[in-house]
Amino acid sequence: MDQGRHPVRPADPVSETATGLRAPPRVALYNNPKVRSAFYQIVVLVVLVACAYAFVVNARANLAAQGFGSGFGFLGNTAGFGINQTLIAYSETDSYGRVFLVGLLNTLLVAGIGIVLATILGFIIGIARLSPNWLVARLAGGYVELIRNLPLLFQILFWYLAVLLGALPGPRDSIGLGLQPILARLAGATRWLGLPDAVAQWWQGLADWIGPPELYLSNRGLILPRPVFGEGSEFVVAALALAILATIALRLWARRRRDATGRPFPVGWAGFGLIVGLPLATLVVLGAPISLEQPVLRGFNFVGGVRVIPEFVALLIALVTYTAAFIAEVVRAGIMAIPRGQSEAAQALGLQRGAMLRLIIVPQALRVIVPPLTNQYLNLTKNSSLGVAIGYPDLFALFAGTVLNQTHQAIEIIAITMAVYLLISLVTSLLMNLYNARTRRLVER
Amino acid sequence: MKRATLTLGLAFGLGLVADAASAQTLKTVKDRGSLICGVGQGLPGFSSPDDKGAWTGLDVDLCRGIAAAIFNDPNKVKYTPLSAKDRFEPLKSGEIDVLARNTTWTLSRDALFNFTAVNYYDGQGFMVRKALKVNSALELNGASICTQTGTTTELNLGDYFRANNMRYEVIAFATADETVKAYESGRCDVLTTDVSQLYAEKLKLTNANDHVILPEIISKEPLGPLVRHGDDQWFDIVKWVHFAMLNAEELGVTSKNIDEALKSNLPEIRRLLGIEGNFGEQIGLTKDWVVRIVRHVGNYAEVFDRNVGTGSRLGISRGINRLWTKGGIQYAPPIR
Repeated sequence: MDQGRHPVRPADPVSETATGLRAPPRVALYNNPKVRSAFYQIVVLVVLVACAYAFVVNARANLAAQGFGSGFGFLGNTAGFGINQTLIAYSETDSYGRVFLVGLLNTLLVAGIGIVLATILGFIIGIARLSPNWLVARLAGGYVELIRNLPLLFQILFWYLAVLLGALPGPRDSIGLGLQPILARLAGATRWLGLPDAVAQWWQGLADWIGPPELYLSNRGLILPRPVFGEGSEFVVAALALAILATIALRLWARRRRDATGRPFPVGWAGFGLIVGLPLATLVVLGAPISLEQPVLRGFNFVGGVRVIPEFVALLIALVTYTAAFIAEVVRAGIMAIPRGQSEAAQALGLQRGAMLRLIIVPQALRVIVPPLTNQYLNLTKNSSLGVAIGYPDLFALFAGTVLNQTHQAIEIIAITMAVYLLISLVTSLLMNLYNARTRRLVER
Repeated sequence: MKRATLTLGLAFGLGLVADAASAQTLKTVKDRGSLICGVGQGLPGFSSPDDKGAWTGLDVDLCRGIAAAIFNDPNKVKYTPLSAKDRFEPLKSGEIDVLARNTTWTLSRDALFNFTAVNYYDGQGFMVRKALKVNSALELNGASICTQTGTTTELNLGDYFRANNMRYEVIAFATADETVKAYESGRCDVLTTDVSQLYAEKLKLTNANDHVILPEIISKEPLGPLVRHGDDQWFDIVKWVHFAMLNAEELGVTSKNIDEALKSNLPEIRRLLGIEGNFGEQIGLTKDWVVRIVRHVGNYAEVFDRNVGTGSRLGISRGINRLWTKGGIQYAPPIR
């Protein structure tokens, strides 16, 4: 950081005139290495293009002879089948193009949430593996060795069939979660402990007053109440946005003050208070324009509310735990790459282990961590296509599966699917490279 | 360079497809010395390997019939098990010679392939747990339904619930096994597919008697083998192997009485068995093609009974799959 203070030495004037005295020997054109290399490259390129052209022409002719059309017109045709997780409105009468969007969003959903959670879990485990605590370090090591050495498909099926579908009850016996079930349990516990019955009744009364549980867990998924946005709800959203912006500004100010005076400021707590408090206050002031729609069990399933399907949960858990094992190793390698002197110096300054990691070790380790971390992000995104094994309606299952089977436009669909995965990967790499460029600016002192 | 690699990869894929369109399937099969038949991945009654690894089933017997007609040996077949989702591309690209995988004959599929005949008239139904006390498909409003992706089933389901103004959740799996497993573990209330398949899958469930197949049949599912466009001779052969089995049943020729039948004086039987005329040769086979099929595989009644009918574990009655002379709709054009 302090290189700028050194005086810059002017360029040496002697070295610039040292060459160019003897003319190069005359060589025939075909012996000129530059010409030769260019020639071979052009030949390879021409052969490649000719092959590709021949393939395309041949395939088109043969497909046409068999009666297969080509082109992207099929995207406008009616799909006719249902999908059980759609982030945008969808019905059977919508087009294949809409199915593509639904699948793409489902892929991005599981990949996006998966990347965030896998990063958090991976950092925790990677740091835990280097912990001086013997048990913590061994547990983290055991986790990594167990998880990364089992096939991902097996893990997905395990979470789906053995855990979610195997252990959870049917919708009619759903496990209720939320405040009411906790109070009801408290009432039960009070009786069990032999405390006065009046106390238990008080707990029970409170539970009854609150009403039915807010959340339900069953083998049909997790059912949550759905927020209903009434009149004035846009102010609450605006308050949330304002709180986030204020927190960012606060963070910048706190950093500047710390750099200038060395006094820290608890940005985390203040930001939490802002982001939770401000929208909540707005909600109360405006008389709760956002209400919750409670799910109700009717017939086979719950009606109303939002449902997180078990396929999504199983795929997410499997992807997060699997990728986290690899990220943990990346993080461990990154931390081990930092010279011991750094942590010794931090200890000499009296920093605790948490502060040392946060302020000194991890920021430097990021330079080593980020490039392989990008690989893990790309892997997670591509691995999400394994959800096809448990019926998760992602891009691969819906578009390269069902739509391909129904339209037989294999070449177009595979080309689109390839292009989309490529695009997602390139964008991820681009963002990570930008971030990487930022971490590179950090210089050891 | 990335783009060049992509283009090359894509073009290579196309090149494989392009290899397929040659019209001489019979010659290819003869040169190879075996028939390659696309079948299901283990659907009892239609195509499943037995405990010794030998394939059996209604669809498998059609493949065996084709091999018997060509090679006089029903075992010269290589089976390629295919999921519902991935069944068409191998046929399109020429990896298999014929697809006999309980596939529904529809217009959009017929536009791209040739369906040869219907070897089983089926319809889509629903299976539920008895404990749900559901008696009709019309009581299924709001249910979660497991189905196999890439099937007409998936589409009929959408139509049926839309037409009856009912809500439903569909969970579509890539293979039949995954679908049944999800149903069995309680992920869905209903399993839907063709009724013949429901009977077959029911057998695989741990407590088969806890489940019931609802009476409604919500679709027409004529199942039959299909071949590529552009090879009329091969189309005829596959078509007439099925018709030969039907004609044999109609004339009472079975694998057991075939030797007596060869001595028959009836002109129809003499034509069927190639004693008179050269009918097999007209479609590129031998005169005794039907003898080969019936001797090695049997007539349609034998095949049906052995695989899905009363002689099998499935115990499905012939129903509309009876011959037209017995009140069904199985009907073969005459050999003459």
